Amino acid sequence: MLAYLIRRLFAAAVMLVVIILVVFCIFFLVPKWAGVDIALNYVGKQAGPDAVEAVRQKLSLDDPVVVQAWEFIKGIFAGRTYASGGDVTNCSAPCFGYSFKTEQAVWPVLTERFPVTLALALGAAVLWLIFGLAAGVLSALKRGTLWDRGAMIVALAGVSLPIYFTGLLSLAIFSYGLGWINGEFVPLEDSLTGWLGGMILPWVTLAFLYAAMYARITRATMMEILGEDYIRTARAKGLREPVVIRKHAMRSTLTPLLTMLGMDLGALMGGAILTETTFSLPGLGQKVLDAIQNQDLPFILGVTLITSLAVLIANLVVDVLYAVIDPRVRLA
Amino acid sequence: MTTQRTSGRRKQALAAAAVVAALLTTAACGGGGDDSNGGSKNGAPGFDAANNKVAQASEAKKGGTLKFASSQDADSWDTTRGYYGFMWNFSRYYSRQLVTNKTEPGKAGAEVTPDLATGLAKVSDDGKTYTYTLRDGVTWEDGKPITSKDVKYGIERVWAQDVLSGGPTYLKEVLDPKDEYQGPYKDKSKDKLGLKAIETPDDKTIVFKLPEANSDFEEMLALTSASPVRQDKDTKSKYGLRPFSSGPYKFESYNPGKDLTLVRNTEWKQESDPVRKAYPDKITIKFFSNANDLDARLIAGDYDLDLAQTGLSPQGRTTALKEHKANLDNPVSGYIRYATFAQNVKPFDNIHCRKAMLFGADHVSLQTARGGPVAGGDIGTNMLPPSVPGSEGQKYDPYGMAGENKKGNIEKAKEELKACGKPNGFKSKIAVRNNKPVEVATAESMQASLKKVGIDLEIEQYDGSQYASVVGSPSNVAKKGYGVIIMGWGPDFPSVQGYGLPLWHSDYILDSANNNFALIKDEKIDGLFADYLTELDDAGKAKIATEINHKVMEGAYYLPFVFEKFINWRSNNLANVYTTDGYSGMYDFVNLGLKNPKK
Repeated sequence: MLAYLIRRLFAAAVMLVVIILVVFCIFFLVPKWAGVDIALNYVGKQAGPDAVEAVRQKLSLDDPVVVQAWEFIKGIFAGRTYASGGDVTNCSAPCFGYSFKTEQAVWPVLTERFPVTLALALGAAVLWLIFGLAAGVLSALKRGTLWDRGAMIVALAGVSLPIYFTGLLSLAIFSYGLGWINGEFVPLEDSLTGWLGGMILPWVTLAFLYAAMYARITRATMMEILGEDYIRTARAKGLREPVVIRKHAMRSTLTPLLTMLGMDLGALMGGAILTETTFSLPGLGQKVLDAIQNQDLPFILGVTLITSLAVLIANLVVDVLYAVIDPRVRLA
Repeated sequence: MTTQRTSGRRKQALAAAAVVAALLTTAACGGGGDDSNGGSKNGAPGFDAANNKVAQASEAKKGGTLKFASSQDADSWDTTRGYYGFMWNFSRYYSRQLVTNKTEPGKAGAEVTPDLATGLAKVSDDGKTYTYTLRDGVTWEDGKPITSKDVKYGIERVWAQDVLSGGPTYLKEVLDPKDEYQGPYKDKSKDKLGLKAIETPDDKTIVFKLPEANSDFEEMLALTSASPVRQDKDTKSKYGLRPFSSGPYKFESYNPGKDLTLVRNTEWKQESDPVRKAYPDKITIKFFSNANDLDARLIAGDYDLDLAQTGLSPQGRTTALKEHKANLDNPVSGYIRYATFAQNVKPFDNIHCRKAMLFGADHVSLQTARGGPVAGGDIGTNMLPPSVPGSEGQKYDPYGMAGENKKGNIEKAKEELKACGKPNGFKSKIAVRNNKPVEVATAESMQASLKKVGIDLEIEQYDGSQYASVVGSPSNVAKKGYGVIIMGWGPDFPSVQGYGLPLWHSDYILDSANNNFALIKDEKIDGLFADYLTELDDAGKAKIATEINHKVMEGAYYLPFVFEKFINWRSNNLANVYTTDGYSGMYDFVNLGLKNPKK
């Protein structure tokens, strides 16, 4: 098991280095090939050569990409110092880069914004699991009924409608129109009710999309499982229907859904960008969009790498869990 | 049965849809004034009531929180580094200069008035020496006096472009044209005040010695980049995160991209400041990432005004114009939106081909693409913004763009094509920023109208944030064949120098970050700028500005679309509101007050 774990960790580390190199090539080499001077993004409209050169120096733009990537990796473990023109900026470890647009180190900003994104993801996940599973199971059990058709139409709408649309619609109805919810983000430390008021519409909006997908998959999986022999056997034994569903059918239905949930939570950044932008939530997604719009490369780079790291860790955990469950994997 | 049930459900669905539609159309009706041009029962003074005039001045009361909302943060809140117009406007809350723009509506707001200084400059006869004396009682937020050395140090920071890039560099170019001073961070002198062009004989006196006269020098000193900065509080590149205040408010907190809060600077004294009224107790900015949400919250009365002052979004504008017109103003922004022709891309090296573009374009269609006469602006007929002295507005219309040729003149365009040696037209490319949908719309309008005269334009969208290296590089423009570049420009300070120098002077043709896209090298224009710099009389300056504008239009380097206008929102609770040419038609932030501070 230990050998397997070491193998997997080594593979993850190699993968991370490859990702860093690829990301550096995309961000620093491709613009160079396209004739775009990145340094010009960081200076004003009256920039002189001094200013442009200083940015090049600060961002190490004249160094080969491999050197830049190495400095970056070193910075994660040992921190970095950016010096130019008598100005020294220390970026302590773990240094995932420094933004010369906002004059902030990337890591503290990301960690500060992470709880908002986490709260959005977890709150929405709870909602979509409850409603998605309930709708899917009920649809499967009441196949062909009005409930089934209605739920699947709503699910289809949820999958089809973009978050931006459902978000704006929910704001228009519940915030601007009926005035039931303010809909504006309030930090949790300021007010619990204010925070809940600001999070409920984003949760529902994001959950609507995923609940719809989960409902459709739950329905399909449940219907398939209900036709299995062991379900028939359970019924033949005289077990009551709720017990058959709860103890036998649900367990089998949940297994693929939990795998899916793990993957979805890992890849939630896309949904978070749209939801956080629509509701002006100060999370990672909003920061990424802002960084993309302002060509703030260190932030884009930092978020890309941290997201990649999260996916790698998630994969590692899954791999290890598989190995725990199935000894054959360890030997492979 | 089935049919009946379906019908019932359909009715329910229709009813639900109607409810949603009604909610959407009536959304955000809570806070604005409720109707017409002439004011509303909720207290909004009326449509355009604050445009170039003061609305509800007497109703401003001390206290309360003035709430800004914005979809974008400043480029920097560091007085040396900020270049966004709203940053300059907002910075007057926490920074003072020797002189500043008058706190008056319209054109008067673009004139300078003493701020830290006791009066306007004593200027020597040759126009090269400017002397100021500082007022008594001017202090920093810790109560220490603001000295002439603080002003000098603040200005010297402009030289540290390797650390503090981003802001305007006019003062550096005028005071040190040979670029001899290295900036305070590389200054070897003990007090870091080695710039020879500024002298501080005592703590109250500051003398500027210009190598060459510049008639706009005092306007340059009114820029935010001429603010004092105290050496022991200078955190260099991080100063913008927490500037040290010399004004009536100081930073309480700032989270980039999230929010900013200013509170009263208790050391500031009203009697030391002839400019600022400092009505509210607190000033906040909340940053939004969704412009539609921002507008809805403005209209709902949650916030008082938009920080960026670039107009409501199309949805917000429609709702506001329909239901809350009394809360709107429609000022001229000072910007001109235009297409310019790169002379290093054939056939735009030929004036007749350029003129064919001016005659062939449908100017009404271009205006519509910009948003129409209210939201977009009046048809642009020349290249000098109406806020700049010497401008003649639409009265100067050498190509009949707002007159006889406003829908395009195919005959004249074809005549010009013949004179250009391209009787059947030609092909070229329009370079347009992909993050500006309105600019893309104008490109499409040009493409459609010029096709009628045989000019076949291909639209090429590029990453707008990369404009400095894409269209700002003449060699790249030539390589890509960008004959037409769509852009906009506003004055840094209201003068032909503050607007046109980087666009039209041959010295400003740069290898990168170039703004003289047309590559104008006209000795007459350069000569007129030289005359302008030594002309100290205002009427004489305006006359030269007019001449420069005529020369630019005679060269047919530009196709102006509109003299831009915005539709800006003010809440019912705002008082002492007016637009000012000093900040490109924005509301003058520094003296805004609230009618009801408890709201």
